[in-house]
Amino acid sequence: MKFSEQLEARYSEMLTHYPVKRSLLVPFLLYIQDEFGYVTDDSIEEIAKRLEISPLEVRNVISYYSMLRTKPSGKYNVQVCTNICCQLRGGEEMLGHVREKLGVKVNKEVTSDGIFSVEEVECIGACSWAPAMQVNYDFHENLTPEKIDQILDEYRQKAVQE
Amino acid sequence: MANLVSHPDEVKVVSRRFGQGATNLDRYLELDGYKAVRKALEMGPDAIINEMKASNLRGRGGAGFPTGMKWSFVPKQSAKPKYVLCNGDESEPGTCKDRLIFEHDPHSVIEGAMIAAIAVGAHAAYIYIRGEYRYLLEIMQKAIADAYARGFCGKNIFGSGYDLEVYWHGGAGAYEVGEESALMESLEGKRGIPRIRPPFPAVVGLWGGPTVINNAETLASVPHIILMGGKQYAEIGVERNGGTRLFSLSGHVERPGVYELPLGFNLRKVIYEVGGGIANGHKLKAVVPGGSSVPCLKPEEIDVALDFDSMMKAGTMLGSGGIVVIDDHTCIVKFALRTIQFYRHESCGWCIPCREGTDWLSKSLRRFHAGAGVAQDIDNIRYLAENMLGRTFCPLGDAAAMPIIGFIKKFREEFEAHLDGRPCPFGQHAASALPVLSH
Repeated sequence: MKFSEQLEARYSEMLTHYPVKRSLLVPFLLYIQDEFGYVTDDSIEEIAKRLEISPLEVRNVISYYSMLRTKPSGKYNVQVCTNICCQLRGGEEMLGHVREKLGVKVNKEVTSDGIFSVEEVECIGACSWAPAMQVNYDFHENLTPEKIDQILDEYRQKAVQE
Repeated sequence: MANLVSHPDEVKVVSRRFGQGATNLDRYLELDGYKAVRKALEMGPDAIINEMKASNLRGRGGAGFPTGMKWSFVPKQSAKPKYVLCNGDESEPGTCKDRLIFEHDPHSVIEGAMIAAIAVGAHAAYIYIRGEYRYLLEIMQKAIADAYARGFCGKNIFGSGYDLEVYWHGGAGAYEVGEESALMESLEGKRGIPRIRPPFPAVVGLWGGPTVINNAETLASVPHIILMGGKQYAEIGVERNGGTRLFSLSGHVERPGVYELPLGFNLRKVIYEVGGGIANGHKLKAVVPGGSSVPCLKPEEIDVALDFDSMMKAGTMLGSGGIVVIDDHTCIVKFALRTIQFYRHESCGWCIPCREGTDWLSKSLRRFHAGAGVAQDIDNIRYLAENMLGRTFCPLGDAAAMPIIGFIKKFREEFEAHLDGRPCPFGQHAASALPVLSH
């Protein structure tokens, strides 16, 4: 299997950071996920080989970190925080609104067109600007149902244009 | 990009470059950037550590350990390389202050980490930023690259003969990794399972070498201390609690935001003056004053000074400086349930009291809030939580138990109001209001 040139450059750079090479594993898995949409079986084999650890060890690490996934999400993963500060300011209602608008019911469900997935997440560090969500890595804060409609419409348009 | 707020009572030390364009290295240099590290190189390790001790700076991550003392624990001679590790895994619910430091003043963290490294004789520093903060990791990557391009990091920094590498590192979603030993495991490419102590990281840390681990805000305070002097910094705060802190104010206040206030500032003033009081004309019911892990305070308990010692005396903790304000329209049982669900989700399962405790507390509180609780549950929940205290490798078990014990102690009547199949008095126990997080 092949990593893109960009991912290879990232790998080579990160190798220089540490005295023990497996130390790059956690952040590099996230970069792998950014490239393929999720951490694929092939990439697990590949990174295990490069770091001289077993694929099982890589899976062990993946299962610990909540951002890492081994199945595809939607093109835009909508992560709504419902932790205490967001809860106090309507986080659960926002999650409900997103789910209703996108027609999904269970956690991490992907919409039938593959454009969105919706995930309930723990605190994302937007407590003073609650309620908040992240779409992939972008923060959206001080949410209202109207604001959410507008944000999701923009992402949908972006997905259609690409 | 998070909104900045301001209040006349603020004392801006760590936040003085916020909104000033200091992510740009030239701008940072105009604003006294990288002066402190040059001064530190001239001072040498002992003088730096003495200055840090004089500053009364205590760890801003939550535990409040004196920073100067922590640095002094690192052995002078070590067969293995020594390291500095910046903890930027900010994830205590209620806390969003490190985000602003990374967004507005990333070089201050680099400079603080460099000074820490010089003080303990380390030649490498790592800046760990949580995975969700990707845009901040990118800001940090650029800041580090810019600092290297000027020769501020790497070989022979500022012509001193001292070599010092600075590296970035990213997480991938894990609250527990904010705990120092789990943080090191994560940086070593493993699951963030805590290590037993002793040995402490200052003796055996990253890859077995002595390691200093400080919160991002702690490190961002360091250059200011070196420039203004420890004594002057200490005078901003109160006895044994030097300087300022970034307080993340959230929940039911008129003006939530991150405010920098001197330690010892009155909690009531934070809520009613700085934060503009309770939103929607409601009344205060409770405050969680130091991130989700600390016991709450009731309205009659909030005339308390925000410093580590006063908060301890008041039966709670200053913690991470995340002040969560709860109004009288909120169901405390539901709030307690959401709190424990978080810890249940984040418990790594390594220690049984935490793994089983958070799960059973979550189940009990869920059933209770749904109206199916019995009177005995209230004491059972408290008993279960109390038996988690001090029985785990890392403080996650305590962090889960402490707030629950606090809610039961202080709001017992509200738990009782849910008994006998009665509906939640706040109408908040509809099934849809109970979030379910899949593992």
